[in-house]
Amino acid sequence: MSDIKKQTEDELLEEVTTSEYKYGFTTDIESDTIPKGLSEDVVRTISSKKNEPEWMLEYRLNAYNAWLEMKEPDWANVSYEKPNYQDVIYYSAPKQKPVLDSLDDLDPEMKKTFDKLGISLEEQKRLANVAVDIVMDSVSVATSFKETLAEKGIIFCSISDAIQEHPELVKKYLGTVVPVRDNFFSALNSAVFSDGSFCYIPKGVQCPMELSTYFRINEAGTGQFERTLLIADEGSQVSYLEGCTAPMRDENQLHAAVVELIALDNADIKYSTVQNWYPGDKDGNGGVFNFVTKRGVCHKNAKISWTQVETGSAVTWKYPSCILKGDNSIGEFFSVAVTNNKQQADTGTKMVHLGKNTKSTIIAKGISAGYSDGNYRGLVRIAKGATNSRNFSQCDSLLMGDKCGSHTFPYIEVKNNSSQVEHEATTSKIGEDQIFYCNQRGIGTEEAIALIVNGYCKDVLNQLPMEFAVEAQKLLEISLEGSVG
Amino acid sequence: MLKIKNLKAGIEEVQILKGINLEVNSGEVHAIMGPNGSGKSTLSSVIAGKEDYEVGNGSVDFLGENLLDMDPEERAHKGVFLSFQYPIEIPGISVSNFIKTSLTEKRKALGQDPLPVKDLLKMMREKMELLSIKKGYLSRNMNEGFSGGEKKRNEIFQMAMLEPKLSILDETDSGLDIDALRIVANGVNKLRTKDNATILITHYQRLLEHIVPDFVHVLHDGKIIKSGGKELALELEEKGYDWITKK
Ligand SMILES: Nc1ncnc2c1ncn2[C@@H]1O[C@H](COP(=O)(O)OP(=O)(O)OP(=O)(O)O)[C@@H](O)[C@H]1O
Ligand SMILES: [Mg+2]
Repeated sequence: MSDIKKQTEDELLEEVTTSEYKYGFTTDIESDTIPKGLSEDVVRTISSKKNEPEWMLEYRLNAYNAWLEMKEPDWANVSYEKPNYQDVIYYSAPKQKPVLDSLDDLDPEMKKTFDKLGISLEEQKRLANVAVDIVMDSVSVATSFKETLAEKGIIFCSISDAIQEHPELVKKYLGTVVPVRDNFFSALNSAVFSDGSFCYIPKGVQCPMELSTYFRINEAGTGQFERTLLIADEGSQVSYLEGCTAPMRDENQLHAAVVELIALDNADIKYSTVQNWYPGDKDGNGGVFNFVTKRGVCHKNAKISWTQVETGSAVTWKYPSCILKGDNSIGEFFSVAVTNNKQQADTGTKMVHLGKNTKSTIIAKGISAGYSDGNYRGLVRIAKGATNSRNFSQCDSLLMGDKCGSHTFPYIEVKNNSSQVEHEATTSKIGEDQIFYCNQRGIGTEEAIALIVNGYCKDVLNQLPMEFAVEAQKLLEISLEGSVG
Repeated sequence: MLKIKNLKAGIEEVQILKGINLEVNSGEVHAIMGPNGSGKSTLSSVIAGKEDYEVGNGSVDFLGENLLDMDPEERAHKGVFLSFQYPIEIPGISVSNFIKTSLTEKRKALGQDPLPVKDLLKMMREKMELLSIKKGYLSRNMNEGFSGGEKKRNEIFQMAMLEPKLSILDETDSGLDIDALRIVANGVNKLRTKDNATILITHYQRLLEHIVPDFVHVLHDGKIIKSGGKELALELEEKGYDWITKK
């Protein structure tokens, strides 16, 4: 029964993508796409299409040359067919989605998924690309939003715009947290990144609202090689939301984003992600490969908190990290990673303690179902000078069924003896007994699993902004539908 | 209300229940006693619908319907409640959230809207008072870190909230201290009406002093080998089981 439900959902996803053609999806692809493959010329073309200044081109070329010398990492506990990098198109204008006249034209199954997720009608229209009223709505929302931010001196725009309009900030911070040569994917991203977000919060300013990629509506769509740069100046505070709970389908199989966060003295950044990339069909075909480098640096007394709920992608390789450079700085990582069917994930975090009295907390919850494989990989490094530092890590795995796997790889290096590291790990199964207990109380099996999973993820979900948390809960429910019984 | 006829059940090749006959009418209290491993919990699990057991022939009729055809949650919606001998932990889910979900699901199945939060809270407070449950308890996680006695009291609290037609209390008295036993038994008595029925599974006469049964049955090796009135429990307390089982 529930298997059928799951299957129709996959079929529906399939249909949604293929139906793009049904709606007569054509754009002037010829003129705005460059040939496949990566070369110095391609990098130059991307830069010139974007009208970039010379220093930006140099940055890209330098990254390209570095990438050429690098090898794709294979230490992660995932196996996939490595993409052919010469078979990828590195620049194309944002794709147009089919425009619908109203929500009634939306595939009813898709509509059901939206409703299940509790996505508001407005948001549904935006996601489904409904014409007219939504355009007006989004413009007005986005405009009033921008005005409020501008009053406070907050800059929130696409990274392309930032390169044009705030070159001094971009130049000063880009690549300072994730250097070009950091890893294979970051080098690739640095060479060819298409677009992404830029955000600057001035000294002492508390951002009055949750900044969200939702609001980038009319700016370039999320690309394959997204680049995000977020700077919180001294004493400022910001909460940033990324992603979307609706299933995101993308014909680009390879995604290699880079996110850099800079928290200057006494600043506080909260970065929340809910990501639901298409995981591929039941056999793992066609899903997105998500190779992300996310890292933040904390200066004195600053704090960075990563929260993520990940349910998507066929292969995920992702380690949001904190470099606790300033004394008394704090890093946090709260994560729920779900894998189902044939999904594979190797995720975790790195906490690098450099300053004195630095603190980090890691709460990682993995949920594996179907034939999937979930891995936690965490590094806690406490440098010699980072005296009196503390880390607490808790890594839990929840297995559903007996075909899935989960592994934990904690790496701990402590170079002084005034610091303390605590690591706890548990592996549990959703017990038949728990499900029967819920059943006996009138709670059906699907509902019972959702309840048990929510309880298990509570510590992480609690970190998310309220409306996001509710969506994330429902997302967990949907992504685990049909995984037991 | 409940008519069990020649019920047989087991796990794989092993037969545990070997032909149970039992009839429970509304308003009645039945006590089931019997040595360890005789099949008491198995019987309650089979009535509640636990899938582990293979049910052979025999029938279980509940309010005119075949219980064996229903999913466990459906049985719960129809009014079957089991107080578990070993209540299960659901980490991260608060008692109030769990009970709210449970009640909402039951009402949904019966075509009723969820209880408004205000009424729900009021009801919870009343039932907490009935069972002398302390404040702060509602926000604890289901059975997580509960003492043995707290778990048992939590079972009866859920029973009070769900207002079932048939309650099976599987050794709810084990683990309760003397005062708690009296409180819980009083609670159960107050919840009794002429329309509901209770099956008490217990090893001790003590509980039956508080909740006086109309019938006492002895389960041995998967069969009810003796039934009688409340005096039977006293006799068992005094003589043990040998005198019946050795016959
Ligand atoms: N899931 C199971 N798997 C294997 N054997 C089982 C299972 N459930 C019950 N049994 C066996 O069936 C018999 C009856 O068990 P049951 O739990 O019903 O006894 P009980 O009368 O409730 O005992 P107690 O008084 O100790 O609670 C025991 O021998 C037990 O080991
Ligand atoms: Mg028992």
